[in-house]
Amino acid sequence: MLELEARAEPSRLMSFLSPLLAVVLMIAGGMLVFAALGKDPVEGFRIFFLNPVKDLYGLSELLLKATPLMLCAIGLAIGFRANVWNIGAEGQFMLGAVAATGVALHFDGSESALLLPAMIVAGALGGAAWAAIPALLRTRFNANEILVSLMLVYVANLFVSWLVFGPWKDPDGFNFPQTKMFGEAALMPVVLENTRLHLGFPIAIAVLVAGYAFMNRSYAGFRMRVAGEAPDAARYAGFSAHRMIWVGLLLGGAAAGLAGMGEVAGPMGQLTDKVGSGYGFAAIIVAFVGRLNAFGILLASLLMALLYIGGEQAQQYLNLPSSISMVFQGMLLFFLLGADVFINYRLRLRHRAAQGH
Amino acid sequence: MDAGLFTSMLFATVVAGTPLIIVALGLLVNEKAGVLNLGAEGMMAMGAVAAFAVTHESGNPWLGVAAGMGAGMAMALLFGVLTLTLMANQVASGLALAIFGVGLAAFVGKPYEAVALQVVPPIRIPFIADLPLIGEALYNQQALVYFSWALFWGLLWFLHRSRAGLVLRAVGEAPSSAHAIGYPVIRIRYLAVLFGGAMAGVGGAFLSVFYTPMWAEGMVAGRGWIALALVVFATWRPLRVMIGAYLFGGVMITQLFIQGSGLQIDFPSQLLSSLPYWATIVVLVAISRNAGTIRLNSPVSLGKPYRPDA
Repeated sequence: MLELEARAEPSRLMSFLSPLLAVVLMIAGGMLVFAALGKDPVEGFRIFFLNPVKDLYGLSELLLKATPLMLCAIGLAIGFRANVWNIGAEGQFMLGAVAATGVALHFDGSESALLLPAMIVAGALGGAAWAAIPALLRTRFNANEILVSLMLVYVANLFVSWLVFGPWKDPDGFNFPQTKMFGEAALMPVVLENTRLHLGFPIAIAVLVAGYAFMNRSYAGFRMRVAGEAPDAARYAGFSAHRMIWVGLLLGGAAAGLAGMGEVAGPMGQLTDKVGSGYGFAAIIVAFVGRLNAFGILLASLLMALLYIGGEQAQQYLNLPSSISMVFQGMLLFFLLGADVFINYRLRLRHRAAQGH
Repeated sequence: MDAGLFTSMLFATVVAGTPLIIVALGLLVNEKAGVLNLGAEGMMAMGAVAAFAVTHESGNPWLGVAAGMGAGMAMALLFGVLTLTLMANQVASGLALAIFGVGLAAFVGKPYEAVALQVVPPIRIPFIADLPLIGEALYNQQALVYFSWALFWGLLWFLHRSRAGLVLRAVGEAPSSAHAIGYPVIRIRYLAVLFGGAMAGVGGAFLSVFYTPMWAEGMVAGRGWIALALVVFATWRPLRVMIGAYLFGGVMITQLFIQGSGLQIDFPSQLLSSLPYWATIVVLVAISRNAGTIRLNSPVSLGKPYRPDA
């Protein structure tokens, strides 16, 4: 029978191959899903994976969707590496959007070139402030950051909904739960003509590079990696666990807040109750599939963006609910977690009779 | 407060606390065996949608509950294969299960979004339901409410009075010792994980078939996570799970009653609705402040993978 046998040391090859294996398995699984739903699997594959990127506009939409994902994911990855489990990026994303919207509404009508930078700073601070709550409760009171950061997602969602149904509702908006549209000076400039791709994308790339430098080239990043991979060694070396929790959560919150700012000042152009669209949760998958490193996250965010757009295409052309995206995204992460076993173990054929116990 | 209001608030509190009790007690068994499954939200969502769909198609809510239980167990099995057989990281796999379950439930539940179910009548227990004040609130309830109490008593006996419960706890505290004595650690952990999934599925079924009764995307609304927090809050003790669940139920119901009371309270409903989530955070802080209590009570090998021949 087949048995798992521990490898002497983790396979580097497998740690690169396993995400690819996961993608292949996800596509195969996806085609099975299409077949099970009575759709032609090849046609489904074409619409889901190829249709979205068949022209330049499609590609620009892909990059647009990937922008918040890579921002949230690189922030999360920094924490995850140190075993700081911030899973409330969704809430931090919303608070970043709220803070940026606050600035935009307060200076409504302003044409100052400083408005957009102020919104960017506000977005990052808003996200970081929301993430500071689990950081404070974890370091001061030992409260589990997974549960606290997650609870705050629901709180943030209700808070946004209060704002757009209440004090921030556009008086001329026919009672829709949304703020008024931002002025020109409060919108991210488009970086590619005739598309919606905006300044947020180059910013996200810059943040990815900065994240890479922090994790791989700085002493603080090194300490966080040690804390994640060898907690005992980190403790022995006297690295402050509290500081890592603060750094992990604040950076994660700031990046997610920035992503939220990019959505309201980018494709949305206003704050609505639909601002939290699951990017913060999807980013958890992006961070894992991207192996918690910057380049991997870039690729994984493109793939996840493709799954989002593929889901929209499937809704339009195959008459399937767009939530099929989430099914694909979940499958991807499951296959990855499963394939990862081969990093530390290999399959071996073993005869039953030879078993010692 | 007049007697009628007291009775109806108590009634509603018990109803709101019931899914939390069922799910949290399932997770408690799960964690007593040393396995941390963060996917409760996803298992509940799948349980809710499966129960709703089957009840709608068959007209029989009990078939629905069975389907919900099955769906929760199927999700838990997936988690078990990943973490117990393939030794994947339990935190990551649990998060994956939560995200996947919520997504899959939204996907399969799409056709049922605009459908309503018949309200299932409560079961009235003769004589004691006539007690003043509490009778109507406690003894004229849904069958699953009584089930949650039976589950509590059963678990209390199982964990502290039965041999099997002792073995379960041994597996969570010291898997290598349990293995050395000859207990099948992995198999016991599988059973515990499946039990956790089954209860999460029943909790979800209670929400969609008896409580609301309807299906909407996101209707679990964090209850799976609150149940996980409850287990920590309860320091892995069934009685405290019960108390905690009813406290949460009370918080949820109080804000609903304030909103529905027509009292001229100048406080936005959305901010009132966030009370249960704040309450979760507050109790987590209160209970976690003393790190020693948590460490003393949590199963020692919680979250750590175990491989018999390693």
